[in-house]
Amino acid sequence: MNFEFSATDFFVLKPAVLLCLFGCGILITDFFIDARQKVFNAFTALLGLGFTGYAVWQQQSYLKANGLNELIGLSGAVTIDGFAIFFQWVFLISTALAVLISARYLEIEREHHGEYYSLLLFAQTGMVFLACGTELVTLFIGLELMALSFYVMVGFLRGDRRSNEAAVKYLLLGAFSSGLLAYGFSILYGISGSTRLSEIAAAVASREPRDPMVFLALATTAAGLFFKIAAVPFHMWAPDAYEGAPTTITAYLSVASKAASFALLLRIFQVPLESARATWEPMVALVALLTMTLGNFAAISQTNIKRLLAYSSISHAGYILLGLVSGNQTGLQGIAVYILVYAFMNFGAFTMVVAMRGQEVTGDDIDDMAGLVFRRPTYAFLMLLFLLSLAGIPPTAGFLGKYYIFLSLIQTRHYYLAVFAVLYVAVSAYYYFRIVKVMFVSQPAERGEIADSFGVKVALGVTAGFTLLIGVYPEPFLRLAQGSLFAALR
Amino acid sequence: MEQHLLSVILFIPLAGMFILLLIPKDQKTLIKIWANLVMLFGFLASLPLWWRYDRNNADFQLVERADWIPSIGARYHLGLDGISLLLVLLTTLVGLVSVLSSWSAIEERLKEYYAFFMLLQTGMLGVFLSLDFFLFYVFWEVMLVPMYFIIGVWGGPRKLYAAIKFFLYTLFGSVLMLLGILALYFHHYTQFGTYTFDVTELMRMNIPPTLQMWVFWAFFVGFAIKVPMFPFHTWLPDAHTEAPTAGSVILAGVLLKMGTYGFVRFSLPLLPDAASDSRTVQVIAWLSIIAIVYGALVSLMQKDWKKLVAYSSVSHLGFCTLGIIALNPNGLAGSVLQQINHGLSTGLLFLIVGIAYERRHTREIAEYGGLSNVMPVYALIFGISMLASAGMPLLNGFVGEFTILQGAFEVSKTWAAFSVAGIVLGAAYLLWLFQRTMFGPITNPKNEKLLDLNARELAYTLPLVACCFWIGIYPKPYFEILEKPVAKIVKRIQPDYYRARGLKDPLPEAARAADPAPAARRAAAAP
Repeated sequence: MNFEFSATDFFVLKPAVLLCLFGCGILITDFFIDARQKVFNAFTALLGLGFTGYAVWQQQSYLKANGLNELIGLSGAVTIDGFAIFFQWVFLISTALAVLISARYLEIEREHHGEYYSLLLFAQTGMVFLACGTELVTLFIGLELMALSFYVMVGFLRGDRRSNEAAVKYLLLGAFSSGLLAYGFSILYGISGSTRLSEIAAAVASREPRDPMVFLALATTAAGLFFKIAAVPFHMWAPDAYEGAPTTITAYLSVASKAASFALLLRIFQVPLESARATWEPMVALVALLTMTLGNFAAISQTNIKRLLAYSSISHAGYILLGLVSGNQTGLQGIAVYILVYAFMNFGAFTMVVAMRGQEVTGDDIDDMAGLVFRRPTYAFLMLLFLLSLAGIPPTAGFLGKYYIFLSLIQTRHYYLAVFAVLYVAVSAYYYFRIVKVMFVSQPAERGEIADSFGVKVALGVTAGFTLLIGVYPEPFLRLAQGSLFAALR
Repeated sequence: MEQHLLSVILFIPLAGMFILLLIPKDQKTLIKIWANLVMLFGFLASLPLWWRYDRNNADFQLVERADWIPSIGARYHLGLDGISLLLVLLTTLVGLVSVLSSWSAIEERLKEYYAFFMLLQTGMLGVFLSLDFFLFYVFWEVMLVPMYFIIGVWGGPRKLYAAIKFFLYTLFGSVLMLLGILALYFHHYTQFGTYTFDVTELMRMNIPPTLQMWVFWAFFVGFAIKVPMFPFHTWLPDAHTEAPTAGSVILAGVLLKMGTYGFVRFSLPLLPDAASDSRTVQVIAWLSIIAIVYGALVSLMQKDWKKLVAYSSVSHLGFCTLGIIALNPNGLAGSVLQQINHGLSTGLLFLIVGIAYERRHTREIAEYGGLSNVMPVYALIFGISMLASAGMPLLNGFVGEFTILQGAFEVSKTWAAFSVAGIVLGAAYLLWLFQRTMFGPITNPKNEKLLDLNARELAYTLPLVACCFWIGIYPKPYFEILEKPVAKIVKRIQPDYYRARGLKDPLPEAARAADPAPAARRAAAAP
């Protein structure tokens, strides 16, 4: 085997390298920054993301200019294809948004340190490998890099007991799930004698459909992956981790980490395990159904808005899984659209919770939003937009994601799943509208000033703008999700 | 401008809303004036349709097409036939009337109120004008949100309960309808290899009977909840009673028609075999008859003035659905006309209740009595609208109900017999209501000093009264408008209807040649 490091390898790795460099750079420059000037770190992080974005754009245009479907680097350990590029954009957007909303929030929490931004960039480095890795070890390292960064970030509020508790819970369950996943990976390696996904795919395809080893590998890998995307019955960590984590990290966790885990899940299910579809399809369908059911019904009784959004994001994972169940072109495209749309709308909703955090108020109770329309009408209407989109009511972006999923279920004759999926839209509207009711009808609470900053405003503008734009004029975004995106997986 | 007339009508309220958002919120009078102007413009812009509409043409007119989301085949496609023409005119008129009626009734959060109203108006017009299912669905859902707020913010004591009930009920129905739409959409792909939401394209399909049945019932849930038909009606009394006056007027006047319109526009022509299936016909007919009788009986029992009018809607809409499922020209034309009538007369009744409520802040019938002594003009207008609603000849309700009964009689004498009971009961609860509130001496001292209608109140009631008389005395122009579109629907369901009865075919072969679908469909369904 040839282990020479070529120019292509560097080109393929460039985004990850840049993220790493800037992450380390922030750790160093942080020493020279006065405690009140920490916002400078945020600028550095944004700069790094800008360079990374440029590198991704270079990769994208290189593929396009040369008419290539994929660019293989590091002797097949990583592959840049439409799939990888799409997810890298999603990660870039969410990390940039996370940086934007963090500065003011961390100041209020009195935990404004440079490591925070480094950890964001390191987490994204891990995600990049999840999106473009095509080999088990690379994928696993990417996953662990991301997860370790998150364990620290979830517990970033050192003085807050809830944050500490959340971090420990997340760490223990996360480590457990990583163990399960590693076990599954090892069996896949055992079956095929290779860590490359394509070779594993060939080995799995050559076996009997009911082969017990394949089933074992499938079950353990799937369980590990379901943990990561917080699908029922492996969802228990999510509400606690979401509630305890700093809200900015909750936003990031719910969007970027979920997208990255879905990238991993899709690569694994669509490449090595596709030939065992008959075995896993009913299982994934059941998990998706349970996830939607539990997520939606548990959200109804929540009083903490972060927990409510946690359960709602569990239910969204269920919808995305349905796209995998149908598994046709529409379904996969639906997953892409859904993840993109979900990134904007969910981030927007969490940004609003971040904005509620004031000097005297934690802002994560639903009642903290009471009468928001009297205090900040614009914010109330933006939140309304996010919630409508999360519920999937047109003409917001959320409808489009659901539209594709429903259509793919009809196309593949999963009628019962389709009926459940649409009915849960009505259930979810109930709890989203509890927030709407509090914002628009209840009398305003004396809750002090709203802690918005320029960064929060930009983040809200971007997320709301895209939530509406994708809903009203989705054509360019659908093209992005169509085309080469999942061609790579087939 | 000329060829984009429908777009102009559709987007005047929305554009008005965006300008409204620029007006500072303490400029209350300016906001009110602007809102009324926008609605007036909207109404005036829709008037030319009455003359521009070609009554001898059964096709969609003033059609506008533009690409919207090419990758899924959704288009911006508007068009108008006689049925939507009447409903659009009703919408712009009732919209104007209800905004004018809010002038002094709504004093809080004016800007939001009128903004939601304008958004609602665009949503409703969009539903009646869309010929693309995707676009239709977007408008269908868009109008839910402003209505939720209009009930939930400006409504009565149980407004939040009523608002969320309305919202969830409708959403529940419409998501099932969405599945039906997607099934048709996908079926078109399997048959022709292209994805389209275009309703006129979808009509060319040969849909197997089983699929027709599934889609029909999926649509049924969506539309029946909106109408609302009998077992799905429970959201209506709450929403109508708790909504502010203008909200009730719009709900009763226009929103309910979206359900019946859905049946006429989509369920019948797209799924003719399912719609004419004898089981379907029997189920829907009997649900309609139950609604007619049950709605009337419940109205008789009400102590709350507004709730009485609300339940009367259940009864009247029962006539509309019965007319639709009779599947013959009389039934359908009568049903569409009765939808307009119901919009006018029930809209009027809600306005009347609202005027009394504004003066006394109660809706208990027992609180009133003898109002005709102090408010003679009010009593006169109430009397006219009450008689219109009860189906008195020379007023609009009679024409609609009579035609529907004619249609129903043609199919089944039993149906007609039971429905007539509804008319009798309708007269009973309305006359009794009128007697209790208007006649006799003034028993409650609080009613002694009530003021009669002012100029503004006259201005928004008289146009509706005039329309009631117009339809009642000279309904011919309305039937002319409806003749061709109704004939088109009837011939899709029963191609031989006119020939078998020796009637003059309103759509001679030339017109049919352009639309080969029914014949082709029959041929395909035969073996």
